[in-house]
Amino acid sequence: MNVLIPSPLRSYTGERSSVEAAGATLAALLDDLNSRYPGIRFRMIDEQDAIRRHVRIFINGEQVRELNVPLRTTDEVIILQALTGG
Amino acid sequence: MFFGHIVHHMVLDPRDKRTLLATARTGHLGPTLFRSTDFGRNWKEASKPPAFQKAPEGQKGRVVDHVFWLTPGHASEPGAWYAGTSPQGLFRSEDAGDTWAPVAGFNEHPMYMEWSGGEQAGTPDGPKMHSILVDPRDSRHIYIAMSGGGVFESVDKGANWRPLNSGVAADFLPIPDPEYGHDPHCVRLHSLAPDILYQQNHCGIYRLERPGTRWDRIGMNMPKKIGDIGFPLALHPRDPATLWVFPMDGTTVWPRTSPGGKPAAYVTRNAGKTWTRLDKGLPRSQGWFTVKRQGMTADAHEPVGLYFGTTGGEVWASKNEGGNWTCIASHLPEIYAVETADLVR
Repeated sequence: MNVLIPSPLRSYTGERSSVEAAGATLAALLDDLNSRYPGIRFRMIDEQDAIRRHVRIFINGEQVRELNVPLRTTDEVIILQALTGG
Repeated sequence: MFFGHIVHHMVLDPRDKRTLLATARTGHLGPTLFRSTDFGRNWKEASKPPAFQKAPEGQKGRVVDHVFWLTPGHASEPGAWYAGTSPQGLFRSEDAGDTWAPVAGFNEHPMYMEWSGGEQAGTPDGPKMHSILVDPRDSRHIYIAMSGGGVFESVDKGANWRPLNSGVAADFLPIPDPEYGHDPHCVRLHSLAPDILYQQNHCGIYRLERPGTRWDRIGMNMPKKIGDIGFPLALHPRDPATLWVFPMDGTTVWPRTSPGGKPAAYVTRNAGKTWTRLDKGLPRSQGWFTVKRQGMTADAHEPVGLYFGTTGGEVWASKNEGGNWTCIASHLPEIYAVETADLVR
């Protein structure tokens, strides 16, 4: 399925803003994404499997907060970075 | 590759003189670590950066916020490295920094929470493990320091630990001589005299000679109007009695700036009995420098070169052991660490 990548993580995807990855759950999708782009998962997900504080993940426009969410092949996953500060 | 990241520490491996490790994080992404073997031309991310063990289901686990400190392992262990993190955690790599594992003897120690004080007991940007020191005579003998928590020692390669804080003040704690809970800012061990340790603490400058266990507050000999508060401490590469500090204002709300806006390093050449001010070339007034704990270092030249970086993005250098200072770089971002490296094979 299609995964949109935010600019801070595009150094992992060869600067591509949209990539393909597969998985029956969000956790599996992120594992697949990490196998294609090593290191990208840990920048978004911590060692306790929580989505990091400034990372937002949307599935078909709805924000998700857990990794065990089921996915269909037609789903669109959007990863955003919530920039703060200034 | 990591433009815009915060680099808390970057160290060249003194054993192979080519492996360069740099810790990195942004304000918004998770922490990582990069490696170079061509002096920074190309960098490769560690395939398994330092991370705490996953907690059992239903329990809250710790999360590495940033990797703060790097120490190459013992000379007899090529490829071994230690890393200290925020919140406080000790990690070891056996493969030149590519993959990292927690040192369970510390991170899972039954006293961990008491010793580290939890995530609130630390510096304003998070509690830190730092000053990981490996005894050059014995790879199993290791010291660590925690802000907060204090100095700890292991003689079995990290399997067991004991506090080593006797004699160190902790005026922010309600008890007079606590066993732990102190705030060491920077601890150095002299490679030629590994029984001598120096410590710049939140509450003064100290010296410890092993096998003794009681620190002596050598900062009491600093000028009273300057005090003995600061962050970094640099050792002379050949003379264990010579060291430099860079005092900060630790009064009232802890401004962490040069006292009176007049920056200066101080040197002792007799293990802290007397101190001399070194400020030639530095601003005479309105110089509100802050120098962090990894922000000052010495090289191995004769005379010794000294270097410090400020949170205002300036690097200052002295070719003559602090006799004169020159600004060699400015307009940089906040500087966390300054390190030298010996490239001569």
